[in-house]
Amino acid sequence: MTDIQININNKTYPTASQPSIANLKLSLNSNEFICLVGPSGCGKTTLLNIIAGLDNAYDGEILVGQQHTHPKIGYVFQNPRLLPWRTVRENIELALDDNQSPEVIDALLEVMQLTQAQHVYPERLSLGMSRRIAIIRAFAVDPEVLLMDEPFVSLDAPTARQVRELLIKLWQQRPHTVLFVTHDLREAIALADRLIFLSASPMQAVSEISVPIARSERGNELAIESFRQQLLQNHPEIKQLL
Amino acid sequence: MYLNSNTLPTPEAVAKVFWLGCVSGQLPFHLGVTLLRLAVGFSIAMLLGCAIGIVLGRNKKLDAFFDNWLVIFLNIPALVTIILCYVWFGLIESAAILAVVINKLPNVIVTIREGTRALDQDLLDMARCYHFGKRKTLVHVIWPQLHPFVMGATRSGLALIWKIILVVELLGRSNGMGYQLHLFFQLFDVASILAYTVAFVAVIQLIELLILKPLDKKALRWRR
Repeated sequence: MTDIQININNKTYPTASQPSIANLKLSLNSNEFICLVGPSGCGKTTLLNIIAGLDNAYDGEILVGQQHTHPKIGYVFQNPRLLPWRTVRENIELALDDNQSPEVIDALLEVMQLTQAQHVYPERLSLGMSRRIAIIRAFAVDPEVLLMDEPFVSLDAPTARQVRELLIKLWQQRPHTVLFVTHDLREAIALADRLIFLSASPMQAVSEISVPIARSERGNELAIESFRQQLLQNHPEIKQLL
Repeated sequence: MYLNSNTLPTPEAVAKVFWLGCVSGQLPFHLGVTLLRLAVGFSIAMLLGCAIGIVLGRNKKLDAFFDNWLVIFLNIPALVTIILCYVWFGLIESAAILAVVINKLPNVIVTIREGTRALDQDLLDMARCYHFGKRKTLVHVIWPQLHPFVMGATRSGLALIWKIILVVELLGRSNGMGYQLHLFFQLFDVASILAYTVAFVAVIQLIELLILKPLDKKALRWRR
């Protein structure tokens, strides 16, 4: 896996008076789980779309290793974006490269506990299940960066926790570089190796903090909450971003 | 005084004419000829219309350029294009098919263009992210969304083409349902006109039952 460098000097929408992103520099180490935390509407989705190559109207560069190119990505959108007229399995298969073996799907479905649902159409599934399928699809393509745009938003707390645990299980089995966008600090601490806090208008990186909690302790809500309190105390600049 | 007359024949009389037409082979022959013209004209109009409709729906500049032309062709009376095709190209089969296609094509383009404009951009972005490529995107992302529009264009198109094709045959062909109906009109043979109409309705019903309904069922099986 290659390290990835993202430098965005300026991203301004044609109708806006000021840039939505300015002088943002992100370094992604391979197989690192990074959470981007920032207020709603600060441009996090715009940033992910730029990395994904969906938005090319910006001034800056993306480097994969030494090469100016867009990394191969897997994208878990806020809305799962599954094709409702294709079954769960077909939805995942369609994302695979021609040279990829579909066997990878079986393994991923098993980890995400969806083997039984593979021949079902997405409309018959719950939102939590649809989100898990979107995660499988993103892992299945073996991406250089996995982009996740608040994938657990609008799930009830127990379901969000279940999907989060399954995601971490999958990521530990198949390590990938993950860029996970959220505005929920507890969720970010539970998931990330490193937190990057982003400000709004224009979006800039305010601070970067590594999460020292061991992976085995991430299910412990007391440990998460105590680190959160400690963070807010030691980094007052974060408070206004939440 | 109209009952059981030449003007309003009894169902038995119509059935008898229908049967005799079938036995003599006249009715199946002319119906077959019309169906063949329908199949060719309809297929060309649908294929071209879908392709042009998708392109116009995805390309704003081309759409703006052709929009007025489309409205003009949509509103030219069918009779005018039929007569012009015969005058310019002669009383030949290809002129008849061309007249049918010209009349049907704008309807298909407009319907498919509206469908293409309504495509879900989120799903198209997803397809781009996962490098679906043009063929996969068309087959798995765009086409299923266009299905209701294609079926709408098919159903309204079949109804329109039936009507146009008879006028085309009446004006410039020496076979087909339109030619026969013209002949029966001159002979004041209402029983034959009704018998041919029955055959006509039966074919429409068969197309709906054997082709369109199963297509709908297959394409929409994912719906709850």
